[in-house]
Amino acid sequence: MEQGIEVRGELETRLKEFDIEGYTKGVKKRDKLFEILGLIATFLVLLFLFAIAVDLLIDGWVRIKDPNFYTSFPSRFPDQAGILSAWVGTVLVMAGAIFWAVLIGIPAGIYLEEYGGKGKIARIIEANISNLAAVPSIVYGLLALGIFVYRFEFGESILTAGLTLGLLMLPVVVVSTRESIRRIPRSIREAAYALGATRWETLFHHILPYSIGGILTGLIIAASRAIGETAPLITIGALTFIAFLPPAPWEDFIGMLKSPFTVLPIQMFNWVSRPQAAFHTNAAAAGFILLVIALLMNSIAFYLRFKVRRKYQW
Amino acid sequence: MTLSIGVKKSIDIALYLFLMLMGAVSIFITFAIVWVLLVDTVRFFTHPEGGGFPTSLIRFFTETQWTPTFYYKQIGIWPLVNGTFIIAFISMLISIPLGIVVAIYLSEYASWKVRETVKPWLDFLEAVPTVVYGYFALLFVTPILSKLLAPFGIYVEGMNALSPGIVIGIMILPYTASMIEDAFKGVPQYLREASYSLGASKLRTALFVVLPAAKSGVLSAYLLGFSRAIGETMVVAVAAGMYPQITANPLEPVQTITGYIVQVALGDLPFGSFEYLSIFAAGFMLFGITLILNSIAVYLKSKTVGY
Repeated sequence: MEQGIEVRGELETRLKEFDIEGYTKGVKKRDKLFEILGLIATFLVLLFLFAIAVDLLIDGWVRIKDPNFYTSFPSRFPDQAGILSAWVGTVLVMAGAIFWAVLIGIPAGIYLEEYGGKGKIARIIEANISNLAAVPSIVYGLLALGIFVYRFEFGESILTAGLTLGLLMLPVVVVSTRESIRRIPRSIREAAYALGATRWETLFHHILPYSIGGILTGLIIAASRAIGETAPLITIGALTFIAFLPPAPWEDFIGMLKSPFTVLPIQMFNWVSRPQAAFHTNAAAAGFILLVIALLMNSIAFYLRFKVRRKYQW
Repeated sequence: MTLSIGVKKSIDIALYLFLMLMGAVSIFITFAIVWVLLVDTVRFFTHPEGGGFPTSLIRFFTETQWTPTFYYKQIGIWPLVNGTFIIAFISMLISIPLGIVVAIYLSEYASWKVRETVKPWLDFLEAVPTVVYGYFALLFVTPILSKLLAPFGIYVEGMNALSPGIVIGIMILPYTASMIEDAFKGVPQYLREASYSLGASKLRTALFVVLPAAKSGVLSAYLLGFSRAIGETMVVAVAAGMYPQITANPLEPVQTITGYIVQVALGDLPFGSFEYLSIFAAGFMLFGITLILNSIAVYLKSKTVGY
C-alpha cells in the first residue's frame, strides 16, 4: 500500500517536472524538419534532371543550333558529323517496334482482362509478363542476337531492331491496356450483351473506344522508353557508323527492313566513347535532342491521360 | 451490317483464338530467352577453347581473370560479378535512404498539388535515355568527383565505379520511390488515424506505423531497384571502364557483366565463336542473378498483408 503511494507520488513529481510544452514543440519541430528534408530530397532529384538538361544544352549548343547537324551523315571530322542516318534509323525502328507492340501487346492485354478471367492460362501469362518487365534490356538483345539475327537470319537489320524493341515495350503495353479496360464498368458489357451483341461487337463498339485513350497513353510511354534503348541494339550488332540511308519504305519495303541501321542513342554512345572532346559536343547535342523527344512524348501521354480522366467518368 | 448468327459466332471464336495466341506470345518469349541463353551457355562450356565441359565450368568459378577475348584465355566470372555488384551497391547506398525519404514525403506529407506537379517529372526521369545518364556520369559527375576529392589527395581515375554508381542510384530512384509509395498507399487510412488519435506525430506515424505495415512492399521495391541497377548497361558501358578486375576500390575502373556484353558486341563477332558464346554465358549469369532477385521481390509483394 505504502509502496503504491510512493510510486504514485514519484509519478506525480515526474509529471510535474515533465515539460509537456517543450516536448510537443520538439515533436512538431522534428515533423517540420522531416518535411523540409523530404522537400530537399525531392528537389535534389529534380535538380539532377535539370542539371543533365542544362549540361547537355551548354555542351552541345554549337551543334544543336547548326542546321547541318540534322542533315549530315556521321563523319571523321567532328564539326561536319551529323545525325541524319541516326534519326532516320530511329524513326524506322520505332515504327517497327510500335507495330509489334500494338499487334501483340494490345490483344494480349484484352485477352487477360476480358477473356482470361481467373483461369490457369491467364494466371501463368500474367506472372510471365510481370517477370518479363524486370528482365534487363540487354538480355532481350541477346535473345534477338541468338534468334532473330542468326537463327531466323534477319541479320543486323531494321526488322530485327523493331522486333527487339517491340518485345521490350510489350509488358508496359499489356499492363496499361489491362488497366484502362478494367476501368470500364461491368454494366456497359452487360448492356451490350443484353441487346444481343456478340463479344467481338462489344469489344469493338464499346470496350476499345472507351479505353483507347488509356491504351495510347501506355503505348506512348513505352515508346518513349524504347526510343532511348541502346544496349539491346548494340547487342544485335547495330553499326555505329552508317553513311547512307536505308531505301524509302514506299519504294523498297523489304530492302528497308533488311537494311543496316543506326539510331540516335547508338550514335550518341559512339561519340561519347571517343577520346576527342569535339565529338563530345556532338554527343551532347544528340543527347539533348533525345531528351527533348522523351519530354515531348511524356507530355503528350500526360495530356492524354488527363483528357481521358475528364472524358469518361463512370 | 447484319450477319447471320453462325458467322458472328465463328468471328467470335476466331477473335478469341487470336487474342489467346497473342497472350501466349509472352510465354514463347520467356522460353526463347531461357532457351537461347541455355543453349549457347552449354556450347560455351563445351567449347574446346575453354577446355571442354567439366574443366571450363571449374575454371569459370575458380579463375580470377576474365579474358575470353585475349590470346591467353581466362574465364573466371568473378571480376565481372565484382564490378557489377560494386556499382549496384553504390547505387543502393544512394537510392535506399533517398528513396524512403522521397516516398514518405510524397505519400504522407506533400499536398495534392505538390504531388501532382512532382510526379510527372519523376516519371520523366525514367524516360531519360540511359546513354544520356552515361554521358552525364562520364563528363559531369566524374570531373566533379575528382575535383572534390583532389584536396584529400585521392586520385579518381577517368573511368571509375563510383560515378556510374551514383548516377544509377539517382536514376533508379523514381522507380523505387513510386513502388514504395504504392506500398504506402496500400496501408489503410484507419491505421494512420488510430496512430494520430493516440497523439503520435506525422513522422512517428510514418516511421512506426505506415513503414512497418508496408515493409514487405518496401523491401520488394528495393530488390527490384537493385535488380535494375545490376542490369543497367549504358551508364556503365560509358563511364565505368573496360577493365574487369576484382577490387573493392570504387575509384578504379571496373567492368560489369553488361559492360562486357556491350564491349564484345561492338566488335565483329562470328556466330558460334568462343567470344560470341562468352557473352551468352555472361548473360546467363546476369539473367540468373536478376531472376532470383525479381522472384524474391514478387514473393515479398505477394506476402503483403491485406487489410
